[in-house]
Amino acid sequence: MKILTGNDLKTGAVTWWTGEGWSIHVEDAADVGEHGESIAAAEEGARRVNAPYVIAAQATAEGPRPAHIKDRIRALGPTVRLDLTLKPADPAVGEWVI
Amino acid sequence: MYKYDHYDQAIVDARVEEFRDQVRRRIAGDMTEDQFKPLRLMNGLYLQLHAYMLRVAIPYGTLDSRQMRMLAHIARKYDRDYGHFTTRQNIQYNWIKLEDAPDILADLATVEMHAIQTSGNCIRNISSDQYAGAAADEVTDPRPWAELLRQWSTFHPEFSYLPRKFKIAVIASPTDRAAMRLHDIGIEMVERDGQLGGRIFVGGGMGRTPMIAPEIKDFVTSADLLSYLEACLRVYNRHGRRDNIYKARIKILIHELGADEYRRQVEAEFAHVKTLGLDPPAAEYDRIAAFFAAPAFDADAPDAIDRSDPDFALWVDQNVAAHKQPGHAIVTISLKPAGGIPGDASSAQIDLMADLAERYSFDELRVTHAQNIVLPHVRKADLHAIWMALADAGLAEANLDLISDIIACPGLDYCSLANARSIPVAQKIAARFASPERQRDIGELKLKISGCINACGHHHAGHIGILGVDRKGTENYQLLLGGSGAEDASLGKITGPGFDEDGVVDAIERTVEKYRTLRTDGERFLDTYRRVGMDPFKEAIYG
Amino acid sequence: MGELRFRDDATHDEPAVTLDSFLDQSNATAVRIEPGDDARALLPHLDRLALIDVSFPKYRDGRGYSSARILREAGFKGELRASGDVLVDQIAFMRRCGFDSFAPDTPLDQAVVAASLARYEHVYQGAADGTVPVWKRRHG
Repeated sequence: MKILTGNDLKTGAVTWWTGEGWSIHVEDAADVGEHGESIAAAEEGARRVNAPYVIAAQATAEGPRPAHIKDRIRALGPTVRLDLTLKPADPAVGEWVI
Repeated sequence: MYKYDHYDQAIVDARVEEFRDQVRRRIAGDMTEDQFKPLRLMNGLYLQLHAYMLRVAIPYGTLDSRQMRMLAHIARKYDRDYGHFTTRQNIQYNWIKLEDAPDILADLATVEMHAIQTSGNCIRNISSDQYAGAAADEVTDPRPWAELLRQWSTFHPEFSYLPRKFKIAVIASPTDRAAMRLHDIGIEMVERDGQLGGRIFVGGGMGRTPMIAPEIKDFVTSADLLSYLEACLRVYNRHGRRDNIYKARIKILIHELGADEYRRQVEAEFAHVKTLGLDPPAAEYDRIAAFFAAPAFDADAPDAIDRSDPDFALWVDQNVAAHKQPGHAIVTISLKPAGGIPGDASSAQIDLMADLAERYSFDELRVTHAQNIVLPHVRKADLHAIWMALADAGLAEANLDLISDIIACPGLDYCSLANARSIPVAQKIAARFASPERQRDIGELKLKISGCINACGHHHAGHIGILGVDRKGTENYQLLLGGSGAEDASLGKITGPGFDEDGVVDAIERTVEKYRTLRTDGERFLDTYRRVGMDPFKEAIYG
Repeated sequence: MGELRFRDDATHDEPAVTLDSFLDQSNATAVRIEPGDDARALLPHLDRLALIDVSFPKYRDGRGYSSARILREAGFKGELRASGDVLVDQIAFMRRCGFDSFAPDTPLDQAVVAASLARYEHVYQGAADGTVPVWKRRHG
């Protein structure tokens, strides 16, 4: 699948296109098919996202899992500071990212 | 250390308001990201992996307790309670919001700090020797020159849209503690026939094509220094490559023109620029230098150190260096605790270091390019009290220049440019060599890790260097041996095929064990490598 | 049009020719130089030039700043114009390098230009605009 990601303009938070808006949770990311670029352009123009780009992801039971480790680290947080990730209490976070 | 006058303060305050307005215009949509990007970069604000990242300038790595406490305050108020000290003597914060950035800059300005030109295609932080003003081998304190250069390069109207970033280092001793030869311009202040001047090296750098800077001018008098640098920069601005971002540094220009031709062009430009009256008078140097006068050392400070506590004694042996003033010493606080993240410090730790500096080091600290902190002017009699306070805060690791004193870039855990994570590798290496006795037995071994070819971890200059790469979508690590950022500058050589994360740690262990079997008396790893060459190590690593 | 001009004299009517044409032609009084052109090629001809237009095809390409300063350092007193991808946040640096007129591709917000030019009362280094640098103010 293909999903769309970027950063929030004002806060810098990593965000994912849900189909209707932007969420900080990658589980909410929607499959954009071939429309990623045009959605990105529209959303960036309206300043609802900054520096968006399309990435490949695997559909899994827990939701989309970005294909590249860089985006998995963006999705959750630094692997060396699990306390600073979006799921500090989740013991499986390391597995999911790496 | 330097204190702003009303001119300096006015300039920084104006910059805060300018950036506040630029952020307002960006958020309102009056500017696209492409238009805003160079402006925010010139204020040290990156859009990074997790959020915006702000790099605060610590000019030539020198700051006082008030400034250090402000850095702790910013970590607490605007970030996640810690900061990362960098290989250019700055500090960076990884969780910054754009909407907070103007307020952060305003807070910094109240203590004479800023984030000016810590990124972008302009002249960056002027770096220097972390032992300046304390080391016996310096000809003069290099920092007044660094301050002169800081002012000259700040908002330079001609050199703010260079082909690429520009990094300058200034030292004043034959021992190079600032990796000066690996900078775009490196300056060694020297004395010739009673006159002070600069030996100028141009075209060093790491990254994709590492180069050691050739000497371009053997002596420029201090009176002509700024004109000469102006000429160097103008030639670069006019003729540096702009067609390819990977060929845009000045080292490529010098490599392609040849040092002789570059020198010729600079001399021609210098002859012209010298007539323009750009050089400040000696009185300006004197004004700045007065701020760097030696502190009021205790002339009766005792020389003896009570070494009865064995852990304290080990720390003294490893982390404390000789000071030019009797009865005094230079302390390096290691930010590489076992299991920690190289260069990171919590706000509480930053506050503690501020307190120690204020109480024990004439209110002065330094940041080193190896991502540690120095208390430059400590009485030997106070060493034990300092060590006890550091030990309480997890800052007493006695590993300066040992294998666990690793320089590591933030890597893929933090940086969108990275191809691989660097911090976990550093942690695994430190864990493998956890035993302090083993580390001391190995001796001086400067290990440097970069998560990508941009080489912010200075891996080319590591006695052992590691470069993280992306190999068909997975993280892979190349091993290099024999680099040095000191006055005996050399570039590391790659050993052969790369490894996965555990593999590179094993390879390093085999390398270190081979060194131990081959070394002769007093040889560091680097010395043995230079004597025997790559082959024995290659065989040990790959079998 | 969005042009911006800091001169009292009349605007120059004659169109700017390329550097190559200028060096061939004997009677042109306005020339446009590209980032890769050597501004010093104009030095023998400055007294017959009323206008030098320095092109900025991409704002990140800062070669024009050096060209401008070189021309002012050589004594050029005519109109020195920055044209092309010129953004409002560069105007202040460009003024300091000696530009006194601007022909940006996209019109500039005049209020932002005015605020930008008034922002910095003090500068650290001498340049082509004659603003007294801070070190000189400190020592008279």
